[in-house]
Amino acid sequence: MSDNSTHWKWIAAALGSIVLFFCLPFVLSRFYIYFAALILVTGLLATSLNMVLGFGGMYQFHHAVFYGIGAYTLALTITKTNLPPIVGYLLGPVVASVLAVLMGLVCVRLSKLYFGMLQLSLGSLVWALVFRWYSFTGGDDGIHGIPLPSIVSSITGSYYVTAIVTGLALLVMFMIINSPFGRIFQAIRDNPERSEGIGVNVTRHQLVGQAIAGFFAGVAGVLFVTVEGSVFPDLLFWTLSLEILIMCLLGGWFTFLGPMLGAAIMVTLRTVVGVYTEYWTLVLAIVLMFLIFFLPQGVLGYIIETVRPHPARGQREER
Amino acid sequence: MEFATNLTFSAFCQQFLVGLSRTTILFIVSSGLSLVLGVLRIPNVAHGSLYMLGAFLAYSIATAFGGGSTGFWLALVLAPLCVALISLVVERGLFCRLYDREHLMLLLFTFAFMLLARDLVKLAWGSDYRSLSAPSMLQGSFSVLGMPFPRYNLFLLIIGPLVALGLWFLTNKTKIGKISRAAAVDREMVAAVGINVSWVFAFVFVIGCFLAGLGGALVAPTQNITQGMDHSLIMEAFLIVIIGGLGNMWGALLGALIFGLTDSLGILVWPQFAIVFPYVAVVIVLIFRPKGLLKATW
Repeated sequence: MSDNSTHWKWIAAALGSIVLFFCLPFVLSRFYIYFAALILVTGLLATSLNMVLGFGGMYQFHHAVFYGIGAYTLALTITKTNLPPIVGYLLGPVVASVLAVLMGLVCVRLSKLYFGMLQLSLGSLVWALVFRWYSFTGGDDGIHGIPLPSIVSSITGSYYVTAIVTGLALLVMFMIINSPFGRIFQAIRDNPERSEGIGVNVTRHQLVGQAIAGFFAGVAGVLFVTVEGSVFPDLLFWTLSLEILIMCLLGGWFTFLGPMLGAAIMVTLRTVVGVYTEYWTLVLAIVLMFLIFFLPQGVLGYIIETVRPHPARGQREER
Repeated sequence: MEFATNLTFSAFCQQFLVGLSRTTILFIVSSGLSLVLGVLRIPNVAHGSLYMLGAFLAYSIATAFGGGSTGFWLALVLAPLCVALISLVVERGLFCRLYDREHLMLLLFTFAFMLLARDLVKLAWGSDYRSLSAPSMLQGSFSVLGMPFPRYNLFLLIIGPLVALGLWFLTNKTKIGKISRAAAVDREMVAAVGINVSWVFAFVFVIGCFLAGLGGALVAPTQNITQGMDHSLIMEAFLIVIIGGLGNMWGALLGALIFGLTDSLGILVWPQFAIVFPYVAVVIVLIFRPKGLLKATW
């Protein structure tokens, strides 16, 4: 994405945002720190979805399952076992990643829409289990008041952990996308048949992509527990999956930071509109329809296109 | 011992019949979804909202006509027609402009419509429970092997095959049905012989939405009419369509049978995890036949 001339701008922007995110807790009230942490978690989740959606061209319709499983793994490790919480923090993303590979093994042989729908049904099975298994997962009540380690028990502490982990995760994902693997992954998105033809193992790359996306969704899941201190089955319900799909679309699903922006817009919209009216989804629906008709490349995609008018990126127009 | 087996057998029969009545509703709704998915190739997430809308409209129409038997029968006819009209307006006004876009955009448009519909229903009817009573001739129950079986469920068991027959007639025996089946396979070719595919799509979409509304109106007397009824149903309908084979009406029937029966019989086996059984059935079917049990249209 960046050549040498713009390299320094990117580094400056990155340093600037690090300073900004470090200073936020000094100027914001408790609620807004929580709010910022929530945006970061949701944004990380949306970015991990976009790894396979925007960059892999896979119709990941039920990404929230991995988020929820990551969160539940941490919550259950803390409440049901005597293991130190850090084990849960490591286990969450790993379990999510393993689940993503297992579901991927069943789904990746199918093409676009069929892939998405099979994933939706498998994910719903996981949801139904979590929803009903009262003795283990707490059923539809979920688990509340999870005793978190002392570093993250204050809102500022959990904000810093969230911000640092999110930053690192974004960096790693950015590096993956620009690695040889990431390039092949995008080639598969643009033309799976031709990639197969030049000797790329499409299925294996898609499975690895699933593992990576699942892992980072799991990271977002454990961060959610860190911020919220509770888990509930809605975390893996399919409506959340569609919501994060919308975030990717809203921000721009062919850009790296678009989903983060989309998440920020959605979370802000929900909170701000939610103050004035209970009908915030009505507003969201209208915004969304407007977007589908007039900004199909998303907000960040639109900005990039306006600022840099040369049409170097052809993939946006193809079906 | 003898008594116990007898009891389980009659409980089995009763649950079987309950499952069959549930199957009817699931079939009517998911056949509409399957039609839209098969011909237009759009996963219409708003299908569940139209079902919910059908139920609420049925309630209001029935209440407006005094709430008696006439009210119910009028509601059963008018509510699906209203839903069909709404869907026609949405399709012609907004949706038809998106047909050449990416599938994801269409999916998200229907999701946006679902959000819109939910809040509009909340605005119009409030967030209370509503209930609609069946007409007097369908109230009460009769006994099947010593267990009570509601008359209304018997009515559903009659309606279901009628709808299936009507739909079969429409898609196989009428000209527009044949055209829409052709459009499902190759829309360019259909356009090339001089047929306005866009209007064929509108027709199919409206029929599909009509069926969602009909399902909603039919389910209204059997359960509370609530805000959340779209959510649970749409996922079930989707799974039914997938395991049956996209766009295949008999597949929708088969899928609805599998879903309805595993659900109702699962309650006998393991009540706590009854809702898990249909999903397990779906996963098993899809692992062995990823494109559904019967032949999909695409």
